[in-house]
Amino acid sequence: MSDRTKIYVGMGTCGLAAGAKSVYEAISTTLKNLKIDAEIIPTGCVGYCKREIIVDIAKQGYPKLSYGDVTVADVEGLLKSVLVDNINNHKLIIGKYPTTEVISKDDLDEVPAINELPFFKKQRRLVLKNCGHINPESLQDYLAAEGYEGLKKAFAAGPLGVIDEVKKSGLRGRGGGGFPTGMKWEFGNKSVPKDPNNQKKYMICNADEGDPGAFMDRSVLEGDPFSLLEGMTIAAYAIGASYGYIYVRAEYPLAIERLENAIKLAKENNLLGENILGSGFNLELKIKKGAGAFVCGEETALIGSIEGRRGMPNPRPPFPTESGAFGCPTVINNVETLANVPGLLRHGGDWFASVGTDSSKGTKVFALTGKINNAGLVEVPMGISLREIIYEIGNGIIDDKKYKSVQIGGPSGGCISEENLDIKIDYESLKTVGAMMGSGGLVVMDEGTCMVDVAKYFVEFCTKESCGKCTPCREGTMRMFEILEKITTKEVDKQEKIDSVKHLEHLAGVIRDTSLCGLGQTAPNPVLSTLRYFKNEYDAHIYDEKCPSAHCKSLISYEINESKCIGCGICKAKCPTSAIVGERKSPHKIQTAVCVKCDQCVQLCPVKAIAAK
Amino acid sequence: MVKRMSNCTSCNCNCSKNLPEDLVKIFEKYAKKRENVIPLLQDVQEKYGYLSKENLISISEYLNVPTSNVYGVATFYNQFRLVPLGKHIIRVCRGTACHVKGSLKILEKLESELKIKAGETTEDGLFSLETVACVGACSIAPVITIDEEFYGRLQAKDVTALVEKYEKSN
Repeated sequence: MSDRTKIYVGMGTCGLAAGAKSVYEAISTTLKNLKIDAEIIPTGCVGYCKREIIVDIAKQGYPKLSYGDVTVADVEGLLKSVLVDNINNHKLIIGKYPTTEVISKDDLDEVPAINELPFFKKQRRLVLKNCGHINPESLQDYLAAEGYEGLKKAFAAGPLGVIDEVKKSGLRGRGGGGFPTGMKWEFGNKSVPKDPNNQKKYMICNADEGDPGAFMDRSVLEGDPFSLLEGMTIAAYAIGASYGYIYVRAEYPLAIERLENAIKLAKENNLLGENILGSGFNLELKIKKGAGAFVCGEETALIGSIEGRRGMPNPRPPFPTESGAFGCPTVINNVETLANVPGLLRHGGDWFASVGTDSSKGTKVFALTGKINNAGLVEVPMGISLREIIYEIGNGIIDDKKYKSVQIGGPSGGCISEENLDIKIDYESLKTVGAMMGSGGLVVMDEGTCMVDVAKYFVEFCTKESCGKCTPCREGTMRMFEILEKITTKEVDKQEKIDSVKHLEHLAGVIRDTSLCGLGQTAPNPVLSTLRYFKNEYDAHIYDEKCPSAHCKSLISYEINESKCIGCGICKAKCPTSAIVGERKSPHKIQTAVCVKCDQCVQLCPVKAIAAK
Repeated sequence: MVKRMSNCTSCNCNCSKNLPEDLVKIFEKYAKKRENVIPLLQDVQEKYGYLSKENLISISEYLNVPTSNVYGVATFYNQFRLVPLGKHIIRVCRGTACHVKGSLKILEKLESELKIKAGETTEDGLFSLETVACVGACSIAPVITIDEEFYGRLQAKDVTALVEKYEKSN
C-alpha cells in the first residue's frame, strides 16, 4: 500500500442524489486549502444508504475509517480533525475496517469494527465485495482485488470444466425464477445454431432492473462493473458465444457510463475482443439501452427489444437456448447471477456451495427499503430469516411502529405477515407462503400501510406494464384493479363490493394459470397473498367501509383534536378549500363536507393535533 | 401525407428528402438494421426532445422498416414521447418504497400546484409532469427529480417552494 492517504467517497446514484458530488468537490478544495496530499477515489455504493453520504479515509498507519452523514459543511472540520490534528474519532465516525496489521491507536479503541456493526454483522458479501471499496472506473483497482483471476481459471478448465464447476456450486438464477445456472449454460453449450448463414451464439446480460423498489443490479453496475464483464466473459466462453449484449435500463445513466468505460478499458487490455488473454476466445460486447418497459425483464420480450421490436413475449418452447436473439442459441443471465461467477471460479464450486441452504446456495442481495431504520443494500447468506434481516440488519421499524408486512419480489412477489417472519430465505420456502425470491426488493411496511392499497398499487403497475398480447393479463389485471378500486371507494354500493370481491380470487387464479408469460402469471400474487394474510383488512374496507390504516382517501376523514389544538391558524391559512374554521387561539374545526383530504394540515400542524380516521 | 422533397442529397439512404444535418449525423452512427430502431429513436429523442412525425418517417425510411412498425415501437416503450416537453421535467418516483412513504400525496400536490395531470405540460411550457416506475434511489424515498436534480425525503408541503424556485430561475 502506498503512503498516500486515500479518501473514498460513495458516489452511486443514491449517494449522488444525497449530494455526494458537492461533498467530493468540497473535499478536493479543502485538501488544496490545507495543502494535504491525498487521493480522492469515487466509489460505488457500500449499501449503508441510511448514513449517506459516506466518506472513508485510509491513511498510513491507521485502519480505513468510515464516516457517515457527511455534508459539505462537515468536510473542512472532518478533514482537519482526521488529517491534521490526528483525532480520528470524529463525531461522524461509523466504524473502522478490519486490517491485517496490528494497530493500536488509543482514540480508536472504542470505535466499532465495521463488520461488527449490526448492519454488517450478519451480511456476507460475495457479490458486493468490491462495491464501495474500489474505484469502479479503474481496471487496476479491480485487478488488485483478484479481478480476472476467475477468467484465467476458466480458460484453464475449458468450457465443460467451467460448466461442471458452476453445476457443482449450485448457483441459481438471481433474476427471480431460480433456474440452475450450470444447467442453462450446458443447454447453451450443446445447442447448435440452426441457420447455416448465421452460425452465431449470443450471451445476454439482463440488466433491465424494472421492479419498483429494487436497485441491487444498479449498485453492482455502478460499483463493480468489471465483475459483471468478467462473469459475462466466463459465461460466454462456457457456452461458446462470441457475441454479447448487456441490456440495461436507460434510466440508469451512471451505470451505463461506467459500463461503457469498463468495456473500453477491458478491450484495451485484451480482456475483451479478439483472442482474450491468448486463449483463442473472442467476445464482442455491446450495450443495449432499454427504453422503459417492465415486461422486457421477461427473456423472450427482452430478445424482441434487442431485435428492435415491441417487447412482447413469445411462448416457450422454443427456449432461447435453442432459438433466441436473431434465431440463434442465446443464454440470458441476470446481473447478480453473473457477478457471482468470478468469485465462484476463483474459489471453486465447493467453496460457493458451502454458503446457503440445501436447495439455495450462496448469497442474495436485497434492497431493503420502506419503513425501516437502516434502509440500504444488504447481501445475506441464503437461509437467513426475514426477522434477522428486518430487526438485526435493518434495526427495526421507523419510530418503533408495529411491523405489518414485508413485500418481497416486487409486482410478482407477495406480502409476508408477522407470523411468517421466521421463514428462511430460499427459493422454495418463500413459495410456501405465497411469495417468491424475485430479484431482491424488500419493502417493509408498518401499521400505517394499508394492504388493500398495496395490492391495488401493484395491480395498477401491472395494468400499465402489461404488453397487451394475451387476454388474461391485459383484461384480467384491469378487472382486478377495478374491483380493488371499488372496495376502496365509499360511494360504491356495499352489496356490489361484496359481489365483486367474490370474483377476485377466482379471477386471480385464472390470470395466474392462463397468462402467456411470467408477468401475467405472477401479477395476481400481491392480491392473493394479501387476501390470504390480511383478509381482515379487506373485510374492514368492504363491510365497515373503513380503512384501518387510515390511508384510503375515500374512506377516511380528517379531524382536529380540540384538546391539542393551540389555535395557531397555520392549517387554516394553508387549507386550499378553506375547510378549516376557528378563531385564533381557540380550537379549530374541519368541515368534512368541504375537505378534499389533501393531508397538508396534518403535515403543517406544529402540535400534531390533526389526524385522519 | 407528408410532402416529399426532391431526391436526398445529404445521406446515402433510401429516403427522398433533404434531411437536417443533425439527423444525418445520428443516422451515420448506425447500420441499416432493424435492431437499430430503438437506439435511433433514443438518439433522435435526445437531440430534439421528442419524436416528431417527420422524424419517425425518416427513421423508417433510413432503416427500411415500415413506419407503422417504428410507430409501434415508439408507442410501446415508456421512454418515448411524441409531443414536445416543457422546459423543466418533473418526475415523481412511484416505486414501492416511495409509494409507502407517500409519493402519491406529492404527485397530487404537484398536480394541483401546476394545474396539470401527470403526463401533461403546463400551458406556459415551463413544466412537464411525469411519473416513473422507480429511479432506484429508494433509500431517500420519497423522491422526485427535476431535470437532472434529485430531491429526496420530500413532503407534500415542500412542493410549493420547490416549484417556485424553478419558476423564479426563469
